[in-house]
Amino acid sequence: MSAAGLIAASLLVPAAGAAGIALAGRWPNLRESVTLVTAVTLLGCVLGLLPSVLDGGRPQLFVLEMLPGIALGFRVEPLGMLFALVASGLWIVNSVYSIGYMRGNDEEHQTRFYVCFALALAATMGIAFSANLLTLFLFYEMLTLVTWPLVTHHGDAEARAGGRTYLGVLLGTSILLLLPAMIATWSVAGTLEFLPGGLLRDAGLSNPALGGLLALYMFGIGKAALMPVHRWLPAAMVAPTPVSALLHAVAVVKAGVFTVVKVIVYVFGVETLAEVRAADWLPVVAGFTILAASVVALRSNNLKRRLAYSTVSQLSYVVLAAAVLVPISIAAAAFHIAAHALGKITLFFAAGAIYTAAHKTEVSQLDGIGRRMPWTMAAFTVGALSLIGIPPCVGFVSKWLMLQGVFAAELWSVAGVLLASTVLNAAYFLPIVYVAFFKAPNGELHGEAPLPMVIALSATAVGTVALFFLPELPLALARSVAGL
Amino acid sequence: MTLAHLPALVVVVPLLAAPLVVLVRRAAAAWAIATAACAFSFAAAILLSAEVAAHGPMSYHLGNWPPPWGIEYRVDALSAFVLVLVSGIGTASALYAWRSAAAELSRDQLYLYYVMHCLCVAGLLGMTVTGDAFNLFVFMEIASLSSYVLIALGRDRRALLAAYQYLILGTIGATFYVIGVGLLYLATGTLNIADLAERLPQTASTRAVLAALAFITVGVSLKLALFPLHFWLPNAYAYAPSAVTALLAATATKVSVYVLLRFYFGVFGLRLVTETLPMAEILLVLSLIAIVTASLVALWQENLKRLFAYSSVAQIGYITLGVSMASPDGLTAAVVHLFNHGITKGALFLLLGGVALRAGGATMGSVQGLGRRMPLTSLAIVIAGLSLIGVPGTAGFVSKWYLVLGAIEAGRWWLAGFVVATSLIAVAYVWRFVEAAYLSEPGPATPGRGEAPAAMLAPALALAAACVFFGLQTSWTVGSARRAAELLLGGVP
Repeated sequence: MSAAGLIAASLLVPAAGAAGIALAGRWPNLRESVTLVTAVTLLGCVLGLLPSVLDGGRPQLFVLEMLPGIALGFRVEPLGMLFALVASGLWIVNSVYSIGYMRGNDEEHQTRFYVCFALALAATMGIAFSANLLTLFLFYEMLTLVTWPLVTHHGDAEARAGGRTYLGVLLGTSILLLLPAMIATWSVAGTLEFLPGGLLRDAGLSNPALGGLLALYMFGIGKAALMPVHRWLPAAMVAPTPVSALLHAVAVVKAGVFTVVKVIVYVFGVETLAEVRAADWLPVVAGFTILAASVVALRSNNLKRRLAYSTVSQLSYVVLAAAVLVPISIAAAAFHIAAHALGKITLFFAAGAIYTAAHKTEVSQLDGIGRRMPWTMAAFTVGALSLIGIPPCVGFVSKWLMLQGVFAAELWSVAGVLLASTVLNAAYFLPIVYVAFFKAPNGELHGEAPLPMVIALSATAVGTVALFFLPELPLALARSVAGL
Repeated sequence: MTLAHLPALVVVVPLLAAPLVVLVRRAAAAWAIATAACAFSFAAAILLSAEVAAHGPMSYHLGNWPPPWGIEYRVDALSAFVLVLVSGIGTASALYAWRSAAAELSRDQLYLYYVMHCLCVAGLLGMTVTGDAFNLFVFMEIASLSSYVLIALGRDRRALLAAYQYLILGTIGATFYVIGVGLLYLATGTLNIADLAERLPQTASTRAVLAALAFITVGVSLKLALFPLHFWLPNAYAYAPSAVTALLAATATKVSVYVLLRFYFGVFGLRLVTETLPMAEILLVLSLIAIVTASLVALWQENLKRLFAYSSVAQIGYITLGVSMASPDGLTAAVVHLFNHGITKGALFLLLGGVALRAGGATMGSVQGLGRRMPLTSLAIVIAGLSLIGVPGTAGFVSKWYLVLGAIEAGRWWLAGFVVATSLIAVAYVWRFVEAAYLSEPGPATPGRGEAPAAMLAPALALAAACVFFGLQTSWTVGSARRAAELLLGGVP
């Protein structure tokens, strides 16, 4: 198949899968087979595009002209490739996990769940491959809308409230800030195409104008969860855990930081921002978010909430790395998109497994659970170590790259933030590992969660370690984003 | 050869269909004639739009009397665009009425309904196509009188009161308009719009001209329901038969906006409207108030037809906001939103009509759990709702894009902020429906499982699909709007 065909297939396969899932709704086994086949096919399509991207090719596809001069178009570059690989690869694992979780917990409306999930993946592919800001914005909004039914899946008062916060913050920031930023960009630059070196490079904007525009973008991309527009992420935790795992640790939040990196690299241009010093405020906001979110995570007793705030903090690592504005830190930002995804999805998988097997949601209930669920808690430990940044987990690699960037830019305060947050990460993860393995178990007897869930969480844990030893592929893509 | 006569035929066919329907009287035949007449106009409008895009404006002299003595029909980028909207919605509404009107009206009233439908569409098309200010008044009265009857046909007895309110205010509006035209005639001695534009700058009696501008502004503003002259609208929309609500919401106010554009930019000219009198500022302030207050009032409505009626008042505010910018982007936004909002509201009211038919009323109570009972209808309402918000990929987004672009290009950042901020109120009222339909359990008022009849669902879904289509494929809508904006700012009527 041609490259353009593969791009089209990457969007159409999950969309067609959604239709197939809806049609197969009455036969659960067939329905889940459709999901799995769709997920595998999608990964195949994305992998089919990989060789040419690695060779420096930029496969593209232009569908139609959405507004005069602005196309609905796609162009695959290394950052989008990396994001698409992570999302589509983990979708397969997550689908296996979902089957165990949704059946194990007797969830209702399972067909709707799988349909929306497939649509969310289609939107994610659209974001990853978009050739210009308007196309990205289209799929960005679509992702918000199709994940809303997943967040409000339970339909009760709590889900309703969570859904309102979710939609309110995400749609609110994108309409209120991102849309005007985009239109202003169009107004001054006359194009919205992502260009190497930045499409605003020759627009001749002054520091205050660039800084203001950058602020509109950074806070307008609510999915990146910079404080104070992070509230939607903990609110989204009312969703079933597979949603939190793939969407609110991988697809949706990564769509946010992906857009942030994309905007910094291809809209403003790293050199332009570094020259006029228009992004000097960004490390401060990102650093504050990292530390503040870590403190909130430390004080959260609810496991999913702790993980959510950990995600808020980890997302700002990506923003912070991008804001350091040297090539190696851009690579670190790109690499961390993949590294954090693997670690965090493992942690969410474990949290969901604990809920399914033991019906426990609070950290204080986890005494001795490692003895009853050794596989789950071992995987949890791997995920936690990766997020802290300890070898042999992939999180170490991104932290290493980040520190290299910080040293290159001689931003010692950023190094301080990274150190402090590493300590905080350890402080909110390691006690869980400690009580799980070294305290006496209490309460009713239970074993591991259903097998598909254990398989899924073991797979991502193995991946977290494997990527430490074999980081070539994501590293190559990440370095290519930074032009290294 | 026929193409040359189309500017007249597009109006004459539905106009003549009306007496034909009276003669035939049988409901089925009446429906067939009305639908065929509207469909003919729709086809003619599309042909005219293509013709105008290819070869420029067309002028048709009724009875071969050359203007300015005879009546001229004039089709240019702007009027062709509005013709397509009016005739298209007229056709959709007529198709829809086959089941909808049959369910809401008594049998012996049905032929009257179709008579009035034809007259209303003919009147609106005539207002759009005519190049003569007094002829425009005649068509305005044809459209208005027939719409009073159409509203009064509503099953709810409050429809009578609503029609009466609209009759009083609509008549005042038309009277103001004709007084304005009279003053212009006094000052220039002509009624042809193009001729008026030429002679106005040379006229000595500027006071009469300014008075004419004021009278026409107030008269047309009543018709287009500009805040604070909108009080007739919510009741009229809420109690009219479903097919009528869709027809009026999508076309009547839009054609009045068209008349305003014609007179402001095609007759009085930019200098008179923006410099001699501060009409742009007045329009801007009224639009801002309309958008905020009507959106907020919409938030609290329990009756969905009223909710979207108030939303219409707010959306008209966005259109007049674009007009008040008096810039290429602002006018593009106004013209394109006139169309995009027309199809969006048309879709919404047709869909709500289906809900009302199945549930006996379209209230927040009757749409609880609707997602499971009428899945297609609910989904289509959500899509049209997204277009109302202006989510990318829908028609509403295109309008919002140009509105914000116009504000930013003019350096008015606060206005850009205002436009995007107020669209969040639309998110709130659309999401009230979404939460009720998808997160609530079906209540006692919710209809049982099953969609509206296919004859109603099909035109409604077609319009909802159009909301998406014109959100992605914008070359015709934006192209027409852009040409119309250039035309208006060029001062050519």
